[in-house]
Amino acid sequence: MSITYLEAIREAQAKLLRDDKRVFIYGQDVGGTFGGAFKATKGLAREFPGRVLNAPISEDAIVGTAIGAAIEGMRPIVEMQFADFSSIALNQILNNAGTHYWRTNVPVPITVRLPSGGTKGSGPFHSQSMESIYAHYPGLIVMTPATVEDAYTMLIEAVAIDDPVVYCEHKYLYYHLKADKLPTEGLPTGRARIAREGRDLTIVSYSAMVHEALAVAEQLAPEGFEIEVVDLRSVKPLDTNTVLASVARTGRLLCVGESFPWGGVTAEVIARVTGEGFHLLDAAPQRINAKDTPIPYHPNLWSTHRPNAKEIARKARALLRE
Amino acid sequence: MLQTAQRQSKTKKPKTALPHERFLEAFRWMLLTRTLEEKLVSLYRGGLITGGVYIGKGQEAVSVACGLFLKKGDVFAPLIRDQAGRSAFGEPLLDVTRTYLGSRLGPMRGRDGNIHRGRPQENQLAMVSHLGAMISVTVGALMSKRFKGEKGFVGLACIGEGGMQAGAFHEGMNIAAVEQVPLVIVATNNHYAYSTPNDREFACHDLVDRAIGYGFEGYSLDGTDLGACLEVIGGAVKRARAGRPPQLVVASVLRLSGHGEHDDASYVTEEIKREPFARDCLKVAEQTIADLKLVDAETLVEWRKEAATKVDEAIATAQKEAPPEGDKEDWCALSIRDLVDDVGTIE
Repeated sequence: MSITYLEAIREAQAKLLRDDKRVFIYGQDVGGTFGGAFKATKGLAREFPGRVLNAPISEDAIVGTAIGAAIEGMRPIVEMQFADFSSIALNQILNNAGTHYWRTNVPVPITVRLPSGGTKGSGPFHSQSMESIYAHYPGLIVMTPATVEDAYTMLIEAVAIDDPVVYCEHKYLYYHLKADKLPTEGLPTGRARIAREGRDLTIVSYSAMVHEALAVAEQLAPEGFEIEVVDLRSVKPLDTNTVLASVARTGRLLCVGESFPWGGVTAEVIARVTGEGFHLLDAAPQRINAKDTPIPYHPNLWSTHRPNAKEIARKARALLRE
Repeated sequence: MLQTAQRQSKTKKPKTALPHERFLEAFRWMLLTRTLEEKLVSLYRGGLITGGVYIGKGQEAVSVACGLFLKKGDVFAPLIRDQAGRSAFGEPLLDVTRTYLGSRLGPMRGRDGNIHRGRPQENQLAMVSHLGAMISVTVGALMSKRFKGEKGFVGLACIGEGGMQAGAFHEGMNIAAVEQVPLVIVATNNHYAYSTPNDREFACHDLVDRAIGYGFEGYSLDGTDLGACLEVIGGAVKRARAGRPPQLVVASVLRLSGHGEHDDASYVTEEIKREPFARDCLKVAEQTIADLKLVDAETLVEWRKEAATKVDEAIATAQKEAPPEGDKEDWCALSIRDLVDDVGTIE
């Protein structure tokens, strides 16, 4: 048996609907016989009548509705058709869900699924990675699973968590990534994973970029470089301790993220490592992000806009020679 | 047919057809609200309240009707000028004074102030400042009740004509009708969005005409007439509870204060102050009580005294209580402590 990242997300939702009466799925095109723009909810409306509901093109109201339902005891899962469109729901996610527990002592257990990141030909409005924006605001958990196993266990955990969770699932990984079977348990949220061990350089990454980092580690191995790859899994909470421990072993740090370069997760990781572990570093920490332009449509432009293995390898070699 | 019904209700002469007891009960909540808010204004002017004070002067009749017909288990989403409705729904006066005066014992514990308070665990939602946002939250709470198999409940969300122009309001109205939840939206047109008059807020003939476009049933209301407020809003709550489509009530009043107490409202024209909707609903209600001899003058004096005593007690209590302290505060925005982000340590 082989299961994809996308199937893992569907299976996690099926399990959640089966095991917990409080769970329902709300979003554009998720219901009926259609099952979502990416088929992440295919068949679920039929299997769970009345609990997988199509919503109008009203991202603000979809999340607002989920918040109200969560306050009143349900565990809604919202599917944004694309992460990019969650900009319409920013107010509800940041100002309503994110502030609610702090203000009222009543938590808001919603899970907002964001089909994130670039794929060929998707252009400026169907390719964005929003995790840095959500991580910036208080009161939210931001998950960025990079593996089939994490896609499954972290979504199940997201729904169990009493606080609002923004679950960034990467569209590029939907079909590319396969596992033999689904796990019964995973690492807890907030714990990073050493995706590959090494002693010369730490590459910290998350979501699809973990696989670019692993490719670079493989590519540089014959040159005698042992690169350690840390998969953050969740960018908030951010497992700074695991990153620091890795940098303590390697002395060098490169952070790779797919979102825009100003601020964000990679800058945060570097700020923390330099603040807490400056003495561990043998070279100035570096980072790679997408370019500071909107995400281009044409595959030739897109593959240059996003961080890619070639660029990561170039920067890794430069860091290793310092 | 629906539109005809609205037109009729608009031209109908407001009447006081409800039981006098309900009218008097509503009047007493209005009186308490006016007394409380006048006191809050003096505290603000005396520098004893940090942040803003936002009162509902001129809107108490509409607001009290919003709270009065809701029962335990119903969902209420009040807005900034709904003290009367909040009190009628069951909000203790201490919640108000503790929040305004920054007691750490209030429902918001100093973390949020003034009208941004609520008790979501008791179905009184805590508004965010972004107008229109609470409509869909109310819809979600009602869907949740339906999922859980509860029956006979209703939700009521307040908005102003200013908030009606926000995108979130439109999305919320539409999704409420799509989900066919038992919801009443009470929109009070107080003729100014902060300082902006109606002609720069919307260009439709009448805001209630929007009801049919959303799939709501719509009713207009003279918000200065308590009897009409009780009849029209009470009727809307009853219809929503009985399974009719969502209800929109648009009430017309004049805001008899600034946007907040920092605002002298000098932009409110003399002309508009002479409009029938500029009447003070509390005075109109008091006149009705006198005309119909519902209670005598001594009773009114007694009620005023009682209101003042309750308000003074709530203020005195809150003033005695300790404020929150920055270095003792629990700076944690998550309910699950294990998931709090920290900068890390080297092990």
